[in-house]
Amino acid sequence: MEPAQIANKAALFALVDVNNFYVSCERVFNPRLEGVPVVVLSNNDGCAVARSNEVKALGVRMGAPWFMLKDLQKKHGIVAYSSNYTLYGDMSNRVVSVLRDLVPDIEVYSIDESFLRVEHTAHLYGGTVQMGHVIRRRIRRWTGLPVCVGIGETKTLAKFANHLAKKNACFDGVCDVAAMSQGELEQWMRGIAVSEVWGVGRRLTERLARWKVNTVHDLVTADIKRLRAEFGVVLERTVSELRGVSCLALEDVTPAKQQIMSSRSFGELQHTLEQVSEAVAWHVHAASEKLRAQRSTAGAIYVFIRTNPFRERDSQYSGGLVVPLADVSDDTRTLTAAALHGLRRIYRDGYAYKKCGVMLMELQDKRLRQETLFDDPLARARSARVMGAIDAVNRVWGRGTLRTAAAGVTQRWAMRSGNRSPRYTTHWNELPVAR
Amino acid sequence: MNLANEAGRTLHQTPLKLALDQSIRTAPFYLCKVPAGFPSPANDYMEDELDLNVFLVQHKSATFFFRVQGDSMREAGILDGDIVAVDRSLEPQHGLIVIAVVNGECTIKRLHKSRSGIELRAENPNYPPIAIAADTQLEVWGVVCGVVRRYPA
Repeated sequence: MEPAQIANKAALFALVDVNNFYVSCERVFNPRLEGVPVVVLSNNDGCAVARSNEVKALGVRMGAPWFMLKDLQKKHGIVAYSSNYTLYGDMSNRVVSVLRDLVPDIEVYSIDESFLRVEHTAHLYGGTVQMGHVIRRRIRRWTGLPVCVGIGETKTLAKFANHLAKKNACFDGVCDVAAMSQGELEQWMRGIAVSEVWGVGRRLTERLARWKVNTVHDLVTADIKRLRAEFGVVLERTVSELRGVSCLALEDVTPAKQQIMSSRSFGELQHTLEQVSEAVAWHVHAASEKLRAQRSTAGAIYVFIRTNPFRERDSQYSGGLVVPLADVSDDTRTLTAAALHGLRRIYRDGYAYKKCGVMLMELQDKRLRQETLFDDPLARARSARVMGAIDAVNRVWGRGTLRTAAAGVTQRWAMRSGNRSPRYTTHWNELPVAR
Repeated sequence: MNLANEAGRTLHQTPLKLALDQSIRTAPFYLCKVPAGFPSPANDYMEDELDLNVFLVQHKSATFFFRVQGDSMREAGILDGDIVAVDRSLEPQHGLIVIAVVNGECTIKRLHKSRSGIELRAENPNYPPIAIAADTQLEVWGVVCGVVRRYPA
């Protein structure tokens, strides 16, 4: 084929998404779970972060707190697992490397979703739908995980196609909306709620409802100028994408994050400033490590604490504060001092605290830093060397080997995970067993 | 044999053009010190070191490790406590050792296909073969492609 022809070929995206990813990972290594209702709980066994189809059928919502599910658990024999991110991460890597072998243009969008550019590769498999089935079979066979494939002229359409493939058995897990007739596509769009569109959240759905935009079709046919005036360019872009005009390219390099968050529930309720301070310092530690890894600095740090809103008889408190820094920094010690300063301002005695966390904000590229009046280049260089050494040690020996004393020694607040499955693929002493 | 060319020089005396190609001038590594005189006779035989992962694993993303419990595969040289490499990408053919799912449990056996049906056979006379009924689907988890064992040494 001529190079010019290749360049002119219209873009075609595929979204490959693992069905109920965490639950499916558990089932690969524990075949007894097939057909059984399974949930995976968040850190600290707080709430459901993944549900098998059987659990979804019982009406359990995403994020449902586990203690509210206890009755259902007894009645229907739901099996609950603590999240096993080591296993899920390894399985995710396997899926991506299988995909990369099949289609080279790939953007890993999340732990269980990848976008592909397929207009130059689909013909090798005899067409888009055939390619989708090859992907599905190969991933199922090699990793044991079930996936669905959605294909469309834009990322938003590929995502929509993926939704169709997942919810409608007639597609057998692969749906290409680019191959549909206009009438057929319109019919599917009429039948699906606007909340299913990529980027349309709960708030936006409510606001759109007031505009009588309820289905995907309503959104596609809405007056784009009025929509833009009312809802902004992001939604306008979404509508263009649904109309087949590609606005979002495949991002092979993940853009630097604008905020870095580290937070977690405590293993047990905490009642002292001392314990909460240790946890906050720990989160600063984890977040600033990520900050340095992406070569950014932070201009402010947000610290927050809260009690457990589900313990209705307890008195409730939640507080948060943004602490701006005199100068941007990526030094764990500076950020810890700022966070603890903030914490002392928001901490109230007499409450049982359930969760705390920090968010690094106003991130910018480290090289773009502005000189300030009180600049001390020597101190900066010293800081860079200390942080570099800490990160190097922790990379080899595990996060938290070297940490500021503020992060504590005992860590009584650390995560509890009651029923985590073995780390089947990464630990010699936790391998699956065959008799 | 006479290696002289037209100019009357033997081959090793023929002046060679020095290639001042960037990649050659900046070649960053040397396999061994170059002593004046002869190059190391071992240089031409330099190869990658042996890597057990490469030996054992053909398809990295499809290969998993299992711990064997029990002695049902003793005669195949697979003992209690051994670690086996399991490749999910391989076709489960007659005669191969496989991990199969039977009653929700993973079992390691040799796959035996014949006209009369499919059997999972142990390699130990104390274990009877497991016949797979014609109307049930045998789920083969993966094909065993290697076994590793460490001794206390």
